[in-house]
Amino acid sequence: MTLLSIRGLTVHHGLLRAVDGLSLEMERGEVLAIIGANGAGKSTLLRALAGLDAPTSGTVHLDGRDITRFPAHRRVSAGIALVPEGRRLFRSLTVEENLLTGAYRGRPGPWSLEAVYELFPWMPDRRRQNAAQLSGGEQQSVAIGRALLSNPDLLLIDELSLGLAPVIVRRIYGALRDIVAAGTTALIVEQDVSQAMRVADRVNCLLEGRSVLAGRPAELSAEQVERAYFGIRDGED
Amino acid sequence: MQWINAVVQGLLLGGLYALFATGLSLMFGVMRIVNLAHGDLAVVASFLALALISGTGLPLWVVIVVTVPLFAVLGYLTQRVLLQGSLSSGPLATLLVTFGLSIVLQNVLLEIFSADTRTLDGGAFATSSFQLAGSITVGWLPLVTFLLACAVLAGIQVFLSRTGLGRMLRASSDDRETANLVGADSRHVYGVATAIAFATVALAGLMFAMRSSFDPATGPSRLIFAFEAVVIGGLGSLWGTLLGGIVLGVTQSLGAQIDPAMTLLAGHLVFLAVLAFRPQGLLAGRTA
Repeated sequence: MTLLSIRGLTVHHGLLRAVDGLSLEMERGEVLAIIGANGAGKSTLLRALAGLDAPTSGTVHLDGRDITRFPAHRRVSAGIALVPEGRRLFRSLTVEENLLTGAYRGRPGPWSLEAVYELFPWMPDRRRQNAAQLSGGEQQSVAIGRALLSNPDLLLIDELSLGLAPVIVRRIYGALRDIVAAGTTALIVEQDVSQAMRVADRVNCLLEGRSVLAGRPAELSAEQVERAYFGIRDGED
Repeated sequence: MQWINAVVQGLLLGGLYALFATGLSLMFGVMRIVNLAHGDLAVVASFLALALISGTGLPLWVVIVVTVPLFAVLGYLTQRVLLQGSLSSGPLATLLVTFGLSIVLQNVLLEIFSADTRTLDGGAFATSSFQLAGSITVGWLPLVTFLLACAVLAGIQVFLSRTGLGRMLRASSDDRETANLVGADSRHVYGVATAIAFATVALAGLMFAMRSSFDPATGPSRLIFAFEAVVIGGLGSLWGTLLGGIVLGVTQSLGAQIDPAMTLLAGHLVFLAVLAFRPQGLLAGRTA
């Protein structure tokens, strides 16, 4: 069953065409990883899906509903949550208050404060701490928990592993497996290509705002991915 | 004994300053709007109450109960209709809009009510007092005003820390875009913040009007007190605002004890000292 359907999406960053006529579909319950070099348009794509950047043209359908013109707060009600690049926790709020902001819209679903605490067992002990005092990995977990509390159908995670120690990254990807098992669909942007190939059901490589390679990790060769990632055309090397 | 009396009177006056300054602090904390019409809004509330009393003959407390919620609604609408549009154009635009609003309000009041100086007649309640100890006499009006200010600040504090909408106000103050990402409609959140600001400034305006006279041009001179209370206490902290209001009130009262002409100057000097030596305020913190 198709959850997300993007058709001909173009998003401008000033004069720059950051996402260029992109189309892609996502099935319910799968993990799609977007890979690509810096400036390929990955973050802009996620921001456009969350409603922070307005598209110039194209459509976005969630569960058959046209949400192209929805502002960010209405997309939360529709079932999209973004874990933004750099976590962006509310620095004057405690850990628990940060999590609870996610529940503001009151969308029904499996995720509650207790469920998030079960997913990240270290959190209850530190729930009264200020969010700014946490380490990068802990902040990323709180940001994911906050997004989960809005009970999204589609979870968008931007730069999940950026700036985190490998052991922390493994732990967070372990949590992601539980999240998807609970019925959430995940679209992640990942810098680390080999990591993306390990965890995703499908990968999609962007280059200059266009999709240049898409498929299941097992069906893609390292050489194919490398060429797509760096934009090497046949006969150029 | 006279000095202790001055401190007590200043403390009670400080409660009113804090109540008056809360809205200014809240609007800056949540929306980064410096509302230059803040003092004029308090005066508008005073004149509105005056007109309601002379027009309908209702008792003062009923007029207060009507005026404060009415101002909350006005605040929400002002934010949505007047201020929201200017927010995207940067801080200077909002400053100009509120400056313009200040001038318009003053002139409308002048047109309707003339330049005469008025007071709001609080009856026996406004002038009666009781003896606390020795030569210290406490007026009922300042005492009730002080308690009301504390109750309102505590109420806002509970709203900000315990309710979902209050949390969203604080979240929006930290990071508006991310607040949108978790489902906050900025326009609504900002409307609520302005509604609270307008309601508190109306209440403070009515309390001011019972203890001292006012005319259409009083607003800007009142605004200075609000600014001083906010800056002395620390921007964005509710309890800081209460502390700032009390420091300002006590300083003014002690200044008046030395020489009545020193009243305002003493307050301004403390304000200047805080700006020079502790610009983040006595209680630096951000709760709103």
